[in-house]
Amino acid sequence: MYDVLIIGAGPAGLSAAIAAREWNLNVLVIDEFLKPGGRLLGQLHQEPDGKWWNGIEESKILLEKAKELNTDIRCGISAHTIEKTDHGFSVYTNEGILEAENLLIATGAAESPAPIPGWTLPGVMSIGAAQVMTNVHRVRVGKKGIVVGVNVLSVAIAREMQLAGIDLECMALPAINSATESHGSPKKVMKALLRIAHLAPSTAIRFGSRFMKGDGTKALAVKFFPKSGVKMWGMPIHLRKAVTRINGTNQVESVTICDITADGEIIPGSERNIEVDFVCIAGGLYPLAELAAVIGCPFQYIEELGGHVPVHNEQMETPLEGLFVAGNITGIESAKVARAQGTLAGLSIAKRKGQNLAKLENQIQQAKMNVRTIRENATIQFHPGIEKGRSRMEEAYYDIVHG
Amino acid sequence: MNSHRILDHPVLGKLTIEKEIPFTFDGKKYTGYEGDTIASALLAQGIRTLRVHEESGSPRGIYCNIGHCFECRVTVDGTPGIRACLTELNPDMIIESGKQQFSPFKSTENQDDLPRTYAEFEKQLKGEKEDEPDV
Ligand SMILES: Cc1cc2nc3c(=O)[nH]c(=O)nc-3n(C[C@H](O)[C@H](O)[C@H](O)COP(=O)(O)OP(=O)(O)OC[C@H]3O[C@@H](n4cnc5c(N)ncnc54)[C@H](O)[C@@H]3O)c2cc1C
Ligand code: FES
Repeated sequence: MYDVLIIGAGPAGLSAAIAAREWNLNVLVIDEFLKPGGRLLGQLHQEPDGKWWNGIEESKILLEKAKELNTDIRCGISAHTIEKTDHGFSVYTNEGILEAENLLIATGAAESPAPIPGWTLPGVMSIGAAQVMTNVHRVRVGKKGIVVGVNVLSVAIAREMQLAGIDLECMALPAINSATESHGSPKKVMKALLRIAHLAPSTAIRFGSRFMKGDGTKALAVKFFPKSGVKMWGMPIHLRKAVTRINGTNQVESVTICDITADGEIIPGSERNIEVDFVCIAGGLYPLAELAAVIGCPFQYIEELGGHVPVHNEQMETPLEGLFVAGNITGIESAKVARAQGTLAGLSIAKRKGQNLAKLENQIQQAKMNVRTIRENATIQFHPGIEKGRSRMEEAYYDIVHG
Repeated sequence: MNSHRILDHPVLGKLTIEKEIPFTFDGKKYTGYEGDTIASALLAQGIRTLRVHEESGSPRGIYCNIGHCFECRVTVDGTPGIRACLTELNPDMIIESGKQQFSPFKSTENQDDLPRTYAEFEKQLKGEKEDEPDV
């Protein structure tokens, strides 16, 4: 019986393990990937001050710290389901059943699909898949490709592919259908793009923000968005072109692209084919929270957090005794926020063991402040309304526990 | 061989290869590197098709590369349904691509007649019962 079992060895899970080990808890971390680090492993972007955020190095720092504290981390273990027991939790895995008094679910985020016809062909993959192949496995996903879906993640990863010498034809939107929805609307994409202007110190996105600040209508900004796209690091980003289908027999051979109106409607007769041998689809991220659902944790739908999120308070506790959540399962934010949330969760779990409470309480308050500060200063923001989403979650927790 | 590797990287530096790992895929011999998943070792060789759809036979490869979509299922040393993107490549692994399956229950009915939800299924079930003659 462990004091705490942590599912997920991403920045949240590892930081929680470190905090819990510092308070001498008996901790086990499991992760289904072959290496610890989670989505942090693939991350590589330049901060506004010019420094590189290198996920592999950041993971190493966390891992070394965890090792110094003799933390038990086991990879290649998938949690399939969880049961609540009288003494805590039973977690069912491919390596048998694991028992723990407290449970931290830190499973991170998953990518929403943005399906377009032909998307099952080999050579089509999610943008995150390309990130992991490029930066973690150091394998080129193809010779020349196209990125379908323009958002903070896909722009960052397109840059990462360019750095690795992979040729990208351009970035464009997915054609609107019931599944791609807002990802296919130039107006909505434009609005979201303005948040990543700092990633593009070039003319790219600033072009759009000028119009946004001007008379403020998105339609106008989109209307004046050049037909040939704007170039970011030499690669065109198109908001007025959409990919309608992916073509090929045994693998990707080309995509069909067409011009679209500011609302995303296809302009008839504008179709043409572009030869590519890979396609990356970017549909955005949502919290990977199924495991919290199977033990009956209440959920709340909060758009700003990325979808359905297990209800929790600022200390990362859920209404289920002994169940904690941290990182992207609580809402889509950057790795730095996930790391800070992990520390806070680890301390909250230590508090349940009830040692040196005054000192712990002090550390918890500091950790809370830290999460807030890091959130405010985040360079990568997935949703502009994150603060609003967080306070809606506080209300939801209050309603369930005290309501 | 391994021609799709990114050997030099302006920020991440040179690729360090600790150890080569031999394996077979559909009976052919290949080598991957230590730290590879089955999926990355195959892609490095230019192999994208990991299975065909069980019923239609259409080709499939990785989609998410992090264990969520189950599109990359292969058979490893006789065990089917293994996710190639999560599984570490081990020396002398025998990997087989997923094959088309015989589908004995393939429906000859009009698809539109099939229930789409459990509620519809229950309704149809009740409907049939009502139609049954009382014995
Ligand atoms: C594809 C992708 C790319 C991203 N790129 C960036 C980026 O460039 N910059 C950025 O700031 N943010 C990025 N993010 C957001 C990212 O989620 C956060 O930065 C951060 O990694 C979240 O940390 P976490 O610890 O919550 O989860 P993660 O880092 O996702 O770690 C979760 C871990 O849990 C494991 N896991 C999940 N389910 C199970 C299970 N059932 N059993 C066992 N283990 C399980 C996973 O294998 C994973 O290692 C990306 C997210 C995704 C999905
Ligand atoms: S590619 Fe999605 S599970 Fe392996």
